[in-house]
Amino acid sequence: MFLKIWLTLVIAFLVYSGIVYLFADVRHKEEQPDDAVNHGWVLWQQKNCQSCHQLYGLGGYLGPDLTNTASNPYKGRKYMEIFIKNGTAKMPNFHLNDSEVSHIVQFLCWVDKSGSSKVKAESVHWTGTYRIDK
Amino acid sequence: MVMLLATLFFGSLASWAFLFPENFNAVLPFYELRPMHVSAALFWILTGAVSGILHFRNELFAEKKSNSLAETLFVAIWCTTAIVIFVCYGLKLFGGREYWEFPPVLNIPILVAWALLMVSYYSRVHFSKRPVPQYFLMWCTGILFFLFTFIEQNLWNFPWFRTSYLKEVAVQWKANGAMVGAWNQMIYGTSLYIMVKISGNESLALNKKSYIFYFIGFANLIFNWGHHIYNLPAAGWIRDTSYFISMLEWILFISIVQDFRKSSPKGSEKKHSLPYQFIISSEYWVLANLLLALLMSIPAINRFTHGTHITVAHAMGTTIGINTMILLGSTGYIVKIDELSARTQTRLKFAFVVAQISLSVFWLSLIIAGLIKGYRSVYLDIQDFNTIMQPVLNLLKIMSVAGVFLLLSFGWIGVVYIKKLFSTR
Repeated sequence: MFLKIWLTLVIAFLVYSGIVYLFADVRHKEEQPDDAVNHGWVLWQQKNCQSCHQLYGLGGYLGPDLTNTASNPYKGRKYMEIFIKNGTAKMPNFHLNDSEVSHIVQFLCWVDKSGSSKVKAESVHWTGTYRIDK
Repeated sequence: MVMLLATLFFGSLASWAFLFPENFNAVLPFYELRPMHVSAALFWILTGAVSGILHFRNELFAEKKSNSLAETLFVAIWCTTAIVIFVCYGLKLFGGREYWEFPPVLNIPILVAWALLMVSYYSRVHFSKRPVPQYFLMWCTGILFFLFTFIEQNLWNFPWFRTSYLKEVAVQWKANGAMVGAWNQMIYGTSLYIMVKISGNESLALNKKSYIFYFIGFANLIFNWGHHIYNLPAAGWIRDTSYFISMLEWILFISIVQDFRKSSPKGSEKKHSLPYQFIISSEYWVLANLLLALLMSIPAINRFTHGTHITVAHAMGTTIGINTMILLGSTGYIVKIDELSARTQTRLKFAFVVAQISLSVFWLSLIIAGLIKGYRSVYLDIQDFNTIMQPVLNLLKIMSVAGVFLLLSFGWIGVVYIKKLFSTR
Protein backbone atom coordinates (compact mmCIF):
# COMPACT_ATOMS: atom_id res chain seq x y z
CA MET A 1 0.00 0.00 0.00
CA PHE A 2 2.73 2.39 1.08
CA LEU A 3 4.85 1.58 -1.95
CA LYS A 4 1.87 2.10 -4.25
CA ILE A 5 1.21 5.60 -2.88
CA TRP A 6 4.92 6.40 -3.06
CA LEU A 7 5.22 5.25 -6.67
CA THR A 8 2.04 7.11 -7.61
CA LEU A 9 3.55 10.32 -6.25
CA VAL A 10 6.85 9.75 -8.06
CA ILE A 11 4.95 9.19 -11.31
CA ALA A 12 2.83 12.27 -10.56
CA PHE A 13 6.04 14.25 -10.15
CA LEU A 14 7.37 13.10 -13.52
CA VAL A 15 4.07 13.63 -15.35
CA TYR A 16 3.49 17.04 -13.77
CA SER A 17 7.06 18.05 -14.68
CA GLY A 18 6.42 17.13 -18.31
CA ILE A 19 3.16 19.09 -18.35
CA VAL A 20 4.87 22.14 -16.85
CA TYR A 21 7.70 21.99 -19.41
CA LEU A 22 5.25 21.77 -22.29
CA PHE A 23 2.38 23.98 -21.20
CA ALA A 24 3.60 26.46 -18.55
CA ASP A 25 3.56 29.22 -21.12
CA VAL A 26 0.14 28.89 -22.73
CA ARG A 27 0.21 32.24 -24.40
CA HIS A 28 2.78 31.62 -27.11
CA LYS A 29 2.50 35.25 -28.01
CA GLU A 30 5.98 36.37 -27.20
CA GLU A 31 8.62 36.35 -29.85
CA GLN A 32 11.34 33.74 -29.86
CA PRO A 33 14.55 35.24 -28.49
CA ASP A 34 17.13 36.12 -31.13
CA ASP A 35 20.91 35.90 -30.66
CA ALA A 36 21.17 39.38 -29.19
CA VAL A 37 18.48 38.61 -26.59
CA ASN A 38 20.12 35.31 -25.71
CA HIS A 39 23.49 37.00 -25.34
CA GLY A 40 21.89 39.70 -23.16
CA TRP A 41 20.36 36.95 -21.02
CA VAL A 42 23.76 35.28 -20.58
CA LEU A 43 25.30 38.64 -19.66
CA TRP A 44 22.49 39.24 -17.17
CA GLN A 45 23.64 36.05 -15.43
CA GLN A 46 27.38 36.58 -15.88
CA LYS A 47 27.23 40.04 -14.32
CA ASN A 48 24.92 38.63 -11.63
CA CYS A 49 22.32 41.36 -12.20
CA GLN A 50 19.71 39.16 -10.44
CA SER A 51 21.58 39.68 -7.18
CA CYS A 52 20.23 43.24 -6.98
CA HIS A 53 17.36 43.42 -9.48
CA GLN A 54 14.14 41.52 -9.84
CA LEU A 55 12.22 40.26 -12.84
CA TYR A 56 8.63 39.38 -11.94
CA GLY A 57 9.51 40.02 -8.30
CA LEU A 58 12.20 37.31 -8.35
CA GLY A 59 15.77 38.29 -7.59
CA GLY A 60 17.47 40.80 -5.31
CA TYR A 61 16.14 43.80 -3.42
CA LEU A 62 18.85 46.42 -3.78
CA GLY A 63 17.62 47.86 -7.06
CA PRO A 64 14.20 48.14 -8.70
CA ASP A 65 12.24 45.42 -10.48
CA LEU A 66 13.09 45.76 -14.17
CA THR A 67 10.33 43.62 -15.74
CA ASN A 68 8.48 46.52 -17.30
CA THR A 69 11.04 49.33 -17.29
CA ALA A 70 11.32 49.11 -21.07
CA SER A 71 7.66 49.96 -21.58
CA ASN A 72 7.52 52.54 -18.78
CA PRO A 73 6.75 55.88 -20.50
CA TYR A 74 8.97 57.74 -17.98
CA LYS A 75 11.92 55.41 -18.36
CA GLY A 76 12.29 53.14 -21.39
CA ARG A 77 15.19 51.89 -23.41
CA LYS A 78 17.45 54.96 -23.37
CA TYR A 79 17.08 55.30 -19.60
CA MET A 80 18.19 51.71 -19.10
CA GLU A 81 21.15 52.13 -21.46
CA ILE A 82 22.47 55.11 -19.48
CA PHE A 83 22.20 53.28 -16.15
CA ILE A 84 23.79 50.09 -17.42
CA LYS A 85 26.58 51.97 -19.19
CA ASN A 86 27.56 54.26 -16.32
CA GLY A 87 26.26 52.76 -13.10
CA THR A 88 25.15 54.94 -10.19
CA ALA A 89 26.29 55.63 -6.63
CA LYS A 90 24.61 52.36 -5.64
CA MET A 91 25.21 50.37 -8.81
CA PRO A 92 28.79 49.64 -9.91
CA ASN A 93 29.96 50.45 -13.41
CA PHE A 94 30.50 47.08 -15.10
CA HIS A 95 32.50 48.66 -17.96
CA LEU A 96 30.36 47.03 -20.62
CA ASN A 97 30.85 47.95 -24.26
CA ASP A 98 28.01 49.38 -26.36
CA SER A 99 27.13 46.04 -27.88
CA GLU A 100 26.87 44.35 -24.47
CA VAL A 101 24.72 47.18 -23.12
CA SER A 102 22.47 46.94 -26.15
CA HIS A 103 22.09 43.17 -25.75
CA ILE A 104 21.12 43.43 -22.08
CA VAL A 105 18.58 46.10 -22.98
CA GLN A 106 17.21 43.89 -25.78
CA PHE A 107 16.88 41.05 -23.29
CA LEU A 108 14.96 43.31 -20.90
CA CYS A 109 12.72 44.53 -23.75
CA TRP A 110 11.98 40.89 -24.60
CA VAL A 111 11.11 40.10 -20.97
CA ASP A 112 8.88 43.18 -20.88
CA LYS A 113 6.85 41.77 -23.77
CA SER A 114 6.07 38.58 -21.81
CA GLY A 115 3.68 40.37 -19.42
CA SER A 116 3.28 42.70 -16.47
CA SER A 117 4.87 42.03 -13.09
CA LYS A 118 2.01 43.72 -11.23
CA VAL A 119 -1.27 41.98 -10.54
CA LYS A 120 -4.27 44.29 -10.78
CA ALA A 121 -6.70 44.38 -7.83
CA GLU A 122 -9.61 43.50 -10.12
CA SER A 123 -7.88 40.24 -11.12
CA VAL A 124 -8.36 38.80 -7.64
CA HIS A 125 -11.08 36.16 -7.43
CA TRP A 126 -13.26 35.68 -4.33
CA THR A 127 -11.60 32.29 -3.73
CA GLY A 128 -8.32 34.09 -3.12
CA THR A 129 -6.66 33.18 -6.39
CA TYR A 130 -6.35 35.47 -9.40
CA ARG A 131 -6.26 35.46 -13.14
CA ILE A 132 -3.61 37.41 -14.99
CA ASP A 133 -4.35 39.02 -18.31
CA LYS A 134 -1.35 39.98 -20.32
CA MET B 1 30.40 23.92 10.23
CA VAL B 2 32.91 25.99 8.28
CA MET B 3 30.18 26.75 5.77
CA LEU B 4 27.88 27.84 8.61
CA LEU B 5 30.52 30.30 9.79
CA ALA B 6 31.04 31.47 6.20
CA THR B 7 27.34 32.04 5.53
CA LEU B 8 26.97 34.00 8.78
CA PHE B 9 30.01 36.13 8.00
CA PHE B 10 29.12 36.86 4.37
CA GLY B 11 25.45 37.33 5.24
CA SER B 12 26.26 39.92 7.87
CA LEU B 13 28.64 41.74 5.53
CA ALA B 14 26.07 41.59 2.70
CA SER B 15 23.41 43.20 4.87
CA TRP B 16 25.69 46.19 5.51
CA ALA B 17 26.69 46.30 1.84
CA PHE B 18 22.96 46.46 1.06
CA LEU B 19 22.54 49.47 3.36
CA PHE B 20 25.70 51.30 2.30
CA PRO B 21 26.53 50.06 -1.21
CA GLU B 22 28.64 53.10 -2.06
CA ASN B 23 31.10 52.13 0.71
CA PHE B 24 31.39 48.52 -0.42
CA ASN B 25 31.27 48.74 -4.23
CA ALA B 26 34.98 49.39 -4.69
CA VAL B 27 36.09 46.48 -2.49
CA LEU B 28 33.43 43.84 -2.00
CA PRO B 29 30.16 44.77 -3.72
CA PHE B 30 26.78 43.37 -2.74
CA TYR B 31 26.45 41.40 -5.98
CA GLU B 32 29.58 39.46 -4.95
CA LEU B 33 28.70 39.06 -1.26
CA ARG B 34 25.16 37.80 -1.79
CA PRO B 35 26.15 34.69 -3.80
CA MET B 36 28.92 33.98 -1.28
CA HIS B 37 26.35 34.08 1.51
CA VAL B 38 23.77 32.03 -0.39
CA SER B 39 26.20 29.38 -1.65
CA ALA B 40 27.73 28.98 1.81
CA ALA B 41 24.20 28.55 3.21
CA LEU B 42 23.35 25.93 0.57
CA PHE B 43 26.55 24.00 1.23
CA TRP B 44 26.00 24.22 4.99
CA ILE B 45 22.47 22.84 4.69
CA LEU B 46 23.24 20.14 2.14
CA THR B 47 26.54 19.03 3.67
CA GLY B 48 25.02 19.06 7.15
CA ALA B 49 22.02 17.05 5.96
CA VAL B 50 24.20 14.50 4.16
CA SER B 51 26.64 14.18 7.09
CA GLY B 52 23.70 13.46 9.38
CA ILE B 53 22.07 10.84 7.22
CA LEU B 54 25.35 9.03 6.51
CA HIS B 55 26.19 8.92 10.21
CA PHE B 56 22.70 7.83 11.24
CA ARG B 57 22.51 5.28 8.43
CA ASN B 58 25.56 3.58 9.92
CA GLU B 59 23.93 3.73 13.35
CA LEU B 60 20.60 2.43 12.07
CA PHE B 61 22.06 -0.52 10.18
CA ALA B 62 24.86 -1.09 12.70
CA GLU B 63 27.29 -0.40 9.88
CA LYS B 64 30.85 -0.80 11.07
CA LYS B 65 32.56 -0.62 7.70
CA SER B 66 34.82 2.29 6.89
CA ASN B 67 33.78 4.82 4.27
CA SER B 68 33.33 3.36 0.83
CA LEU B 69 35.39 4.65 -2.10
CA ALA B 70 32.26 6.29 -3.51
CA GLU B 71 31.72 8.14 -0.25
CA THR B 72 35.33 9.31 -0.08
CA LEU B 73 35.16 10.51 -3.67
CA PHE B 74 31.89 12.29 -2.92
CA VAL B 75 33.49 14.20 -0.05
CA ALA B 76 36.58 15.06 -2.12
CA ILE B 77 34.65 16.30 -5.17
CA TRP B 78 32.01 18.08 -3.10
CA CYS B 79 34.51 20.02 -0.97
CA THR B 80 36.81 20.85 -3.90
CA THR B 81 33.86 22.19 -5.90
CA ALA B 82 32.75 24.34 -2.97
CA ILE B 83 36.23 25.86 -2.75
CA VAL B 84 36.36 26.47 -6.53
CA ILE B 85 32.95 28.17 -6.37
CA PHE B 86 34.21 30.64 -3.77
CA VAL B 87 37.34 31.31 -5.83
CA CYS B 88 35.08 32.06 -8.82
CA TYR B 89 33.04 34.51 -6.78
CA GLY B 90 36.24 36.17 -5.60
CA LEU B 91 37.23 36.59 -9.25
CA LYS B 92 33.73 37.92 -10.10
CA LEU B 93 33.03 34.89 -12.26
CA PHE B 94 29.30 34.17 -12.30
CA GLY B 95 26.99 32.72 -14.93
CA GLY B 96 24.34 30.73 -13.12
CA ARG B 97 20.96 31.82 -11.85
CA GLU B 98 19.63 32.88 -8.49
CA TYR B 99 21.03 30.74 -5.62
CA TRP B 100 23.36 28.92 -8.04
CA GLU B 101 25.25 31.91 -9.41
CA PHE B 102 28.59 30.19 -10.06
CA PRO B 103 29.69 29.29 -13.61
CA PRO B 104 27.33 26.53 -14.76
CA VAL B 105 30.14 24.11 -15.64
CA LEU B 106 30.64 23.59 -11.89
CA ASN B 107 27.26 21.88 -11.72
CA ILE B 108 28.88 18.84 -13.36
CA PRO B 109 31.15 17.92 -10.42
CA ILE B 110 28.25 18.54 -8.03
CA LEU B 111 26.10 16.15 -10.04
CA VAL B 112 28.87 13.54 -10.18
CA ALA B 113 29.44 13.86 -6.42
CA TRP B 114 25.74 13.41 -5.71
CA ALA B 115 25.55 10.35 -7.96
CA LEU B 116 28.46 8.84 -6.00
CA LEU B 117 26.70 9.62 -2.75
CA MET B 118 23.58 7.85 -3.98
CA VAL B 119 25.56 4.78 -5.01
CA SER B 120 27.22 4.66 -1.62
CA TYR B 121 24.02 5.34 0.33
CA TYR B 122 21.67 2.93 -1.41
CA SER B 123 24.25 0.15 -1.58
CA ARG B 124 24.54 0.10 2.21
CA VAL B 125 20.90 0.21 3.25
CA HIS B 126 18.30 -2.51 3.17
CA PHE B 127 14.56 -2.21 3.09
CA SER B 128 13.85 -5.53 4.80
CA LYS B 129 13.24 -3.84 8.17
CA ARG B 130 9.44 -3.76 8.70
CA PRO B 131 7.72 -1.47 9.24
CA VAL B 132 10.07 0.99 7.60
CA PRO B 133 10.61 3.96 9.95
CA GLN B 134 9.50 7.26 8.56
CA TYR B 135 12.85 9.00 8.97
CA PHE B 136 14.53 6.40 6.79
CA LEU B 137 11.93 6.92 4.06
CA MET B 138 12.47 10.66 4.28
CA TRP B 139 16.22 10.28 3.85
CA CYS B 140 15.78 7.99 0.83
CA THR B 141 13.22 10.33 -0.73
CA GLY B 142 15.30 13.44 -0.06
CA ILE B 143 18.46 12.06 -1.65
CA LEU B 144 16.59 10.88 -4.74
CA PHE B 145 14.62 14.08 -5.23
CA PHE B 146 17.64 16.29 -4.77
CA LEU B 147 19.06 14.56 -7.83
CA PHE B 148 15.84 15.09 -9.82
CA THR B 149 15.53 18.74 -8.88
CA PHE B 150 19.21 19.48 -9.36
CA ILE B 151 19.02 18.13 -12.91
CA GLU B 152 15.85 20.16 -13.44
CA GLN B 153 17.60 23.25 -12.10
CA ASN B 154 20.08 22.88 -14.95
CA LEU B 155 17.67 22.27 -17.81
CA TRP B 156 18.06 25.91 -18.83
CA ASN B 157 21.34 24.92 -20.46
CA PHE B 158 19.25 23.25 -23.18
CA PRO B 159 18.14 25.96 -25.64
CA TRP B 160 14.54 24.64 -25.86
CA PHE B 161 13.91 25.71 -22.28
CA ARG B 162 14.96 29.24 -23.19
CA THR B 163 12.55 29.77 -26.05
CA SER B 164 10.08 31.38 -23.66
CA TYR B 165 10.92 33.50 -20.64
CA LEU B 166 7.78 32.38 -18.83
CA LYS B 167 8.58 28.71 -19.36
CA GLU B 168 12.19 29.18 -18.24
CA VAL B 169 11.21 30.98 -15.04
CA ALA B 170 8.47 28.44 -14.27
CA VAL B 171 10.92 25.54 -14.60
CA GLN B 172 13.59 27.38 -12.59
CA TRP B 173 11.27 27.97 -9.64
CA LYS B 174 9.70 24.56 -9.92
CA ALA B 175 13.19 23.13 -9.43
CA ASN B 176 14.11 25.57 -6.65
CA GLY B 177 10.90 25.00 -4.72
CA ALA B 178 10.97 21.22 -5.03
CA MET B 179 14.66 21.14 -4.11
CA VAL B 180 13.88 22.83 -0.79
CA GLY B 181 11.27 20.11 -0.29
CA ALA B 182 13.96 17.50 -1.02
CA TRP B 183 16.49 18.76 1.50
CA ASN B 184 13.70 19.25 4.03
CA GLN B 185 12.93 15.53 3.68
CA MET B 186 16.52 14.77 4.66
CA ILE B 187 16.65 17.30 7.50
CA TYR B 188 13.21 16.61 8.97
CA GLY B 189 14.02 12.92 8.81
CA THR B 190 17.12 13.59 10.90
CA SER B 191 15.09 15.67 13.35
CA LEU B 192 12.64 12.81 13.79
CA TYR B 193 15.46 10.29 14.19
CA ILE B 194 17.05 12.33 16.98
CA MET B 195 13.69 12.77 18.71
CA VAL B 196 13.21 9.00 18.58
CA LYS B 197 16.69 8.37 19.94
CA ILE B 198 16.48 10.94 22.72
CA SER B 199 12.98 9.92 23.81
CA GLY B 200 13.52 6.20 23.18
CA ASN B 201 10.04 6.13 21.66
CA GLU B 202 10.28 4.41 18.26
CA SER B 203 6.52 4.76 17.69
CA LEU B 204 7.06 8.44 16.85
CA ALA B 205 8.38 7.28 13.48
CA LEU B 206 5.93 4.44 12.96
CA ASN B 207 2.48 5.80 13.74
CA LYS B 208 -0.12 6.36 11.05
CA LYS B 209 -0.15 10.12 11.51
CA SER B 210 3.56 10.40 10.77
CA TYR B 211 3.06 8.57 7.45
CA ILE B 212 0.17 10.84 6.51
CA PHE B 213 2.37 13.86 7.18
CA TYR B 214 5.14 12.30 5.17
CA PHE B 215 2.84 12.06 2.15
CA ILE B 216 1.54 15.60 2.64
CA GLY B 217 5.16 16.80 2.67
CA PHE B 218 5.87 14.73 -0.42
CA ALA B 219 2.84 16.16 -2.27
CA ASN B 220 3.98 19.65 -1.31
CA LEU B 221 7.43 18.91 -2.72
CA ILE B 222 5.84 18.00 -6.05
CA PHE B 223 3.12 20.63 -6.45
CA ASN B 224 3.63 23.47 -4.00
CA TRP B 225 6.42 25.42 -5.71
CA GLY B 226 3.94 27.56 -7.64
CA HIS B 227 3.69 30.23 -4.94
CA HIS B 228 7.11 31.48 -6.05
CA ILE B 229 5.66 32.49 -9.40
CA TYR B 230 2.06 33.44 -8.67
CA ASN B 231 2.47 36.79 -10.40
CA LEU B 232 4.10 35.30 -13.48
CA PRO B 233 1.61 35.31 -16.37
CA ALA B 234 2.14 31.58 -16.90
CA ALA B 235 -0.62 28.96 -16.99
CA GLY B 236 -3.24 29.61 -14.29
CA TRP B 237 -3.43 25.94 -13.25
CA ILE B 238 0.11 26.17 -11.83
CA ARG B 239 -1.16 28.81 -9.41
CA ASP B 240 -4.38 26.95 -8.63
CA THR B 241 -2.65 23.61 -8.05
CA SER B 242 -0.11 25.15 -5.73
CA TYR B 243 -2.82 27.10 -3.88
CA PHE B 244 -4.90 23.96 -3.36
CA ILE B 245 -2.01 21.76 -2.25
CA SER B 246 -0.55 24.40 0.06
CA MET B 247 -3.88 24.66 1.87
CA LEU B 248 -3.42 21.01 2.88
CA GLU B 249 -0.65 22.28 5.10
CA TRP B 250 -3.27 23.77 7.42
CA ILE B 251 -3.71 20.16 8.57
CA LEU B 252 -0.04 20.13 9.57
CA PHE B 253 -0.38 23.51 11.19
CA ILE B 254 -3.41 22.58 13.28
CA SER B 255 -1.79 19.29 14.27
CA ILE B 256 1.41 21.03 15.42
CA VAL B 257 -0.62 23.50 17.50
CA GLN B 258 -2.55 20.60 19.08
CA ASP B 259 0.68 18.73 19.81
CA PHE B 260 2.13 21.78 21.52
CA ARG B 261 -0.98 22.06 23.68
CA LYS B 262 -0.82 18.39 24.56
CA SER B 263 2.90 18.31 25.26
CA SER B 264 3.92 18.30 28.88
CA PRO B 265 7.35 18.94 30.38
CA LYS B 266 8.30 15.28 30.61
CA GLY B 267 11.85 14.03 30.83
CA SER B 268 13.50 16.93 32.63
CA GLU B 269 16.98 15.54 31.93
CA LYS B 270 16.37 15.54 28.19
CA LYS B 271 15.08 19.06 28.30
CA HIS B 272 18.52 20.28 29.31
CA SER B 273 20.26 18.53 26.43
CA LEU B 274 21.43 21.09 23.89
CA PRO B 275 20.66 18.98 20.79
CA TYR B 276 17.15 18.45 22.22
CA GLN B 277 16.73 22.19 22.73
CA PHE B 278 17.81 22.89 19.16
CA ILE B 279 15.26 20.38 17.84
CA ILE B 280 12.48 21.78 20.02
CA SER B 281 13.29 25.36 19.01
CA SER B 282 13.10 24.28 15.37
CA GLU B 283 9.51 23.15 16.03
CA TYR B 284 8.56 26.64 17.18
CA TRP B 285 10.15 28.02 14.04
CA VAL B 286 8.28 25.45 11.93
CA LEU B 287 5.05 26.74 13.44
CA ALA B 288 5.88 30.42 12.82
CA ASN B 289 7.17 29.87 9.30
CA LEU B 290 4.37 27.53 8.35
CA LEU B 291 1.84 30.18 9.31
CA LEU B 292 3.75 32.74 7.24
CA ALA B 293 4.04 30.33 4.30
CA LEU B 294 0.35 29.49 4.47
CA LEU B 295 -0.61 33.15 4.30
CA MET B 296 1.84 33.78 1.46
CA SER B 297 0.37 30.83 -0.42
CA ILE B 298 -2.97 32.61 -0.76
CA PRO B 299 -2.60 34.43 -4.07
CA ALA B 300 -4.61 37.46 -2.94
CA ILE B 301 -2.13 37.97 -0.06
CA ASN B 302 0.87 36.95 -2.14
CA ARG B 303 0.03 39.88 -4.42
CA PHE B 304 1.23 42.15 -1.57
CA THR B 305 4.07 40.02 -0.23
CA HIS B 306 5.72 38.85 -3.46
CA GLY B 307 9.02 40.58 -4.18
CA THR B 308 9.14 42.07 -0.68
CA HIS B 309 11.26 41.27 2.36
CA ILE B 310 8.54 38.95 3.63
CA THR B 311 9.90 36.47 1.10
CA VAL B 312 13.35 36.97 2.65
CA ALA B 313 11.86 36.48 6.14
CA HIS B 314 10.36 33.21 4.95
CA ALA B 315 13.66 32.07 3.42
CA MET B 316 15.73 33.10 6.47
CA GLY B 317 13.16 31.79 8.93
CA THR B 318 13.22 28.37 7.34
CA THR B 319 16.93 28.08 6.60
CA ILE B 320 18.07 29.48 9.96
CA GLY B 321 15.12 28.79 12.25
CA ILE B 322 14.37 25.30 11.00
CA ASN B 323 17.23 23.87 8.95
CA THR B 324 20.11 25.33 10.96
CA MET B 325 18.51 24.56 14.34
CA ILE B 326 17.96 20.92 13.33
CA LEU B 327 21.45 20.62 11.87
CA LEU B 328 23.02 22.05 15.02
CA GLY B 329 20.93 19.60 17.02
CA SER B 330 22.00 16.77 14.75
CA THR B 331 25.69 17.73 14.73
CA GLY B 332 25.62 18.29 18.49
CA TYR B 333 24.15 14.83 18.93
CA ILE B 334 26.83 13.29 16.70
CA VAL B 335 29.79 15.00 18.39
CA LYS B 336 28.22 14.47 21.86
CA ILE B 337 28.17 18.13 22.72
CA ASP B 338 26.46 17.36 26.05
CA GLU B 339 29.72 15.83 27.27
CA LEU B 340 31.41 19.23 27.42
CA SER B 341 32.16 20.86 30.77
CA ALA B 342 29.32 22.49 32.70
CA ARG B 343 30.89 25.91 32.17
CA THR B 344 30.99 25.49 28.38
CA GLN B 345 27.45 24.13 28.45
CA THR B 346 26.24 27.24 30.26
CA ARG B 347 27.96 29.46 27.72
CA LEU B 348 26.53 27.45 24.85
CA LYS B 349 23.04 27.80 26.28
CA PHE B 350 23.54 31.54 26.65
CA ALA B 351 24.59 31.72 22.98
CA PHE B 352 21.55 29.61 22.12
CA VAL B 353 19.23 32.12 23.84
CA VAL B 354 20.97 35.09 22.17
CA ALA B 355 20.59 33.34 18.80
CA GLN B 356 16.86 32.77 19.36
CA ILE B 357 16.23 36.38 20.38
CA SER B 358 18.36 37.76 17.52
CA LEU B 359 16.61 35.56 15.00
CA SER B 360 13.20 36.68 16.27
CA VAL B 361 14.16 40.36 15.87
CA PHE B 362 15.76 39.62 12.50
CA TRP B 363 12.68 37.76 11.26
CA LEU B 364 10.12 40.27 12.54
CA SER B 365 12.00 43.27 11.14
CA LEU B 366 12.05 41.61 7.72
CA ILE B 367 8.31 40.92 7.91
CA ILE B 368 7.51 44.50 8.88
CA ALA B 369 9.88 45.77 6.16
CA GLY B 370 8.03 43.57 3.66
CA LEU B 371 4.63 44.77 4.83
CA ILE B 372 5.70 48.38 4.38
CA LYS B 373 7.18 47.70 0.94
CA GLY B 374 4.08 45.80 -0.16
CA TYR B 375 1.76 48.52 1.13
CA ARG B 376 3.70 51.30 -0.59
CA SER B 377 4.31 49.54 -3.90
CA VAL B 378 0.99 47.73 -4.36
CA TYR B 379 -1.62 49.62 -2.33
CA LEU B 380 -0.23 53.16 -2.68
CA ASP B 381 1.21 52.29 -6.10
CA ILE B 382 4.30 54.46 -5.59
CA GLN B 383 6.41 54.18 -8.71
CA ASP B 384 9.78 55.46 -7.58
CA PHE B 385 11.88 52.67 -6.06
CA ASN B 386 13.90 54.90 -3.71
CA THR B 387 10.72 56.49 -2.33
CA ILE B 388 9.24 53.04 -1.69
CA MET B 389 12.39 51.92 0.10
CA GLN B 390 12.98 54.95 2.36
CA PRO B 391 11.00 53.76 5.43
CA VAL B 392 12.01 50.16 4.73
CA LEU B 393 15.70 50.91 5.21
CA ASN B 394 15.32 51.73 8.91
CA LEU B 395 13.93 48.26 9.54
CA LEU B 396 16.73 46.74 7.55
CA LYS B 397 19.19 48.49 9.86
CA ILE B 398 17.55 46.70 12.80
CA MET B 399 17.79 43.47 10.81
CA SER B 400 21.51 44.05 10.17
CA VAL B 401 22.22 44.66 13.87
CA ALA B 402 20.30 41.49 14.75
CA GLY B 403 22.37 39.77 12.04
CA VAL B 404 25.58 40.72 13.86
CA PHE B 405 24.24 39.08 17.03
CA LEU B 406 23.32 36.01 14.99
CA LEU B 407 26.87 35.92 13.65
CA LEU B 408 28.33 36.17 17.16
CA SER B 409 26.04 33.64 18.83
CA PHE B 410 25.91 31.00 16.10
CA GLY B 411 29.55 31.72 15.30
CA TRP B 412 30.58 30.93 18.84
CA ILE B 413 28.46 27.78 18.90
CA GLY B 414 30.05 26.78 15.58
CA VAL B 415 33.58 27.25 16.91
CA VAL B 416 32.82 25.13 20.02
CA TYR B 417 31.35 22.41 17.78
CA ILE B 418 34.42 22.39 15.56
CA LYS B 419 36.72 22.13 18.58
CA LYS B 420 34.66 19.26 19.98
CA LEU B 421 34.66 17.57 16.59
CA PHE B 422 38.46 17.60 16.45
CA SER B 423 38.85 16.51 20.06
CA THR B 424 36.45 13.59 19.43
CA ARG B 425 38.44 12.48 16.39
